[in-house]
Amino acid sequence: MKYVLMFAETPQYAEDLAAMDDAQRQAAYDEVGRWFADNAARIIHHAHLQGPHTATTVRRVDGGHEVTDGPFVEGKEIVVGFVEVEVADLDEALAMARSWPACPIVELRPVSP
Amino acid sequence: MDRSHDELARVVREHAGRLTASLVHLLGDFSAAEDLVQDAIETALRRWPVEGIPDRPDAWLFTVARNRGLDVLRRQTRYREKLTQLQWPSPAEPDDRLRLLFTCCHPALPRQAQVALTLRTICGLTTAQIAAAFLVPETTVAQRITRAKRKITDAGIPYRIPSDAELPERLAEVLTVVYLLHNEGYLSSTGDGVWSRRLAGDAEWLASSLAWTLPREPEALGLLALIRLHQARAAARFDADGHIVLLPHQDRSRWDHDAIAEAGRLLARAATHHRPGPYQLQAAIVACHAESPRWEDTDWAQIVVLYDMLLAVAPSPVTRLNRAIALRYLAGPQAAMRELDDLAADAVLDRYPLLHATRAELLRALGSPEEAREADRRALDLTANPAQRAVLSERISWT
Repeated sequence: MKYVLMFAETPQYAEDLAAMDDAQRQAAYDEVGRWFADNAARIIHHAHLQGPHTATTVRRVDGGHEVTDGPFVEGKEIVVGFVEVEVADLDEALAMARSWPACPIVELRPVSP
Repeated sequence: MDRSHDELARVVREHAGRLTASLVHLLGDFSAAEDLVQDAIETALRRWPVEGIPDRPDAWLFTVARNRGLDVLRRQTRYREKLTQLQWPSPAEPDDRLRLLFTCCHPALPRQAQVALTLRTICGLTTAQIAAAFLVPETTVAQRITRAKRKITDAGIPYRIPSDAELPERLAEVLTVVYLLHNEGYLSSTGDGVWSRRLAGDAEWLASSLAWTLPREPEALGLLALIRLHQARAAARFDADGHIVLLPHQDRSRWDHDAIAEAGRLLARAATHHRPGPYQLQAAIVACHAESPRWEDTDWAQIVVLYDMLLAVAPSPVTRLNRAIALRYLAGPQAAMRELDDLAADAVLDRYPLLHATRAELLRALGSPEEAREADRRALDLTANPAQRAVLSERISWT
C-alpha cells in the first residue's frame, strides 16, 4: 500500500533547532540522512517545504477567490514536508514514522487506490 | 438472564471467535468475514433458544456463515472460490484469534471502537448486546463498528501478531482493552447488573486466552490473576438487598478461596520471568487483601511497598490515591490526608468520586463531620453507579 507521511513541526522543536550549534545541527541532519538511506527502498518520493512565512492560501469564496497570506490551518503545528512510501501495511508505515529522527509529529495517510 | 443464556453466550463466543478468525484468515478481508459471522450469530441467538443448542455448534455456525457468504458474495468471484474451498473444522490455527485481537485493539483505532469491535468480533456479542452493556444507543455502537471496520480496510491495518519489537507496546494496548471491559463489568459506571456480569465474564475469558497463547508474557498472567482475584470476591461485594459491602465488612468466608489460591499460583508463575509490570503489581496488591484472613490482619506495609513499585512503573494519580488510602492504615489518617490534599489539586482526580469519598472518611476520622458530609455529597454528585450511590447517600443521612 502507498502512504504519505506528513511531517509537522512545533514551535518548541523550531526553537530547539535554532538553539543548536553547527556541529549539533550537522549531527541532526546526518541522522535524517541515515533515515532516508535506511528506508530508500520504501520511499517513492519526498519533499521538504519552505517555512510557513512563504505560504499563500487561495480560498474559493462566493464564486470568487480570496488569496491570503499564510498556511490554511492557523495552528502551532506546521507541515514541513512529506514522503510517499510503498509498504505492506499500516504497521510498516508506523514503524517508519516511529524511527523518524527529526520533527516530533508525523501524520500517516494511505493514498487512494 | 439465566444460566442457559450464559451457556448460549459461552458457546457462541467460543465458536464464533474461532470461525471469524479462520474466515478472516481465508478471505483476507476483516470486514466481509466479520459481517458473515455476525449474521450467523444473530441467527443462532434467535433459533437456539427455541430449537436447542445444536450438537456441533461450530459446524452449525460455519454452515450458516458459509451459505450466507455464498449468497452475499455472489458477485465477488475471488471470495466465492475461497469460501467453497473452506472446510470445517479448519486446520488448527491457534494464533488466528490472537491476530484478530491485535487487529481489533490496533492503536490506530479509537478506544471505544477497540472495545466494541473486540466484544463483537472476539466475544460474539451483537450490536444490540454491546449497546445494552454500555447503555448507549444501538446506532452509536453500530456507527463505531462501521467506522472502525472501514478504517481497518482503508488504512491498511494488518491482520497479524506484532513482531517481537512491537509486542510489548501492542500487548499493553490489548491488556488495557480487556481490563477496561472487566472494570466496566465489575464496577459498572452505568448500572444494569446482568450485562455487567457478562462483561466481566467476557474479560476473564479474553484474559485467559491471552495468558494461554502468550505464555512468555508475564503481564498477561498478571492480568488474568488480577481479574480472577476480583471475581473470587465478587459474591461478597453485595448484600442480599444489592447494596455494596465495603472491604472491611465483607464476609471473607464467602470469597472463593480456591480461586484465590489459583491466582496466587498464576502470580508466582509470572514472577519467574522477572519482568514485573502494572498488572502483576496490582494483582499482588489485591492478593495481599485476598489472602488476609481478617481485615485487621492486612499487611499494609507490604501493600504500600507494592504501591510504590507500581508508581515507579506506571505513575498515575489514581494509584497515588490508592496508596494514600493504604497509608492511612499504616501511618494514620493525618499522613493520608496530607497526601490527599496534594492530589486534590489534580483537575482529573477532582472529578473522581473515590477521592471525595476517601476525603470524607478521613475527615470523619479526624473529627470534622461537617466537612466530611460536604465531601460525601461531592462524591455522590460524581458517581453514576447505583450501588455506590446508595452507600454514599446512606452515609450522608447517618452522619
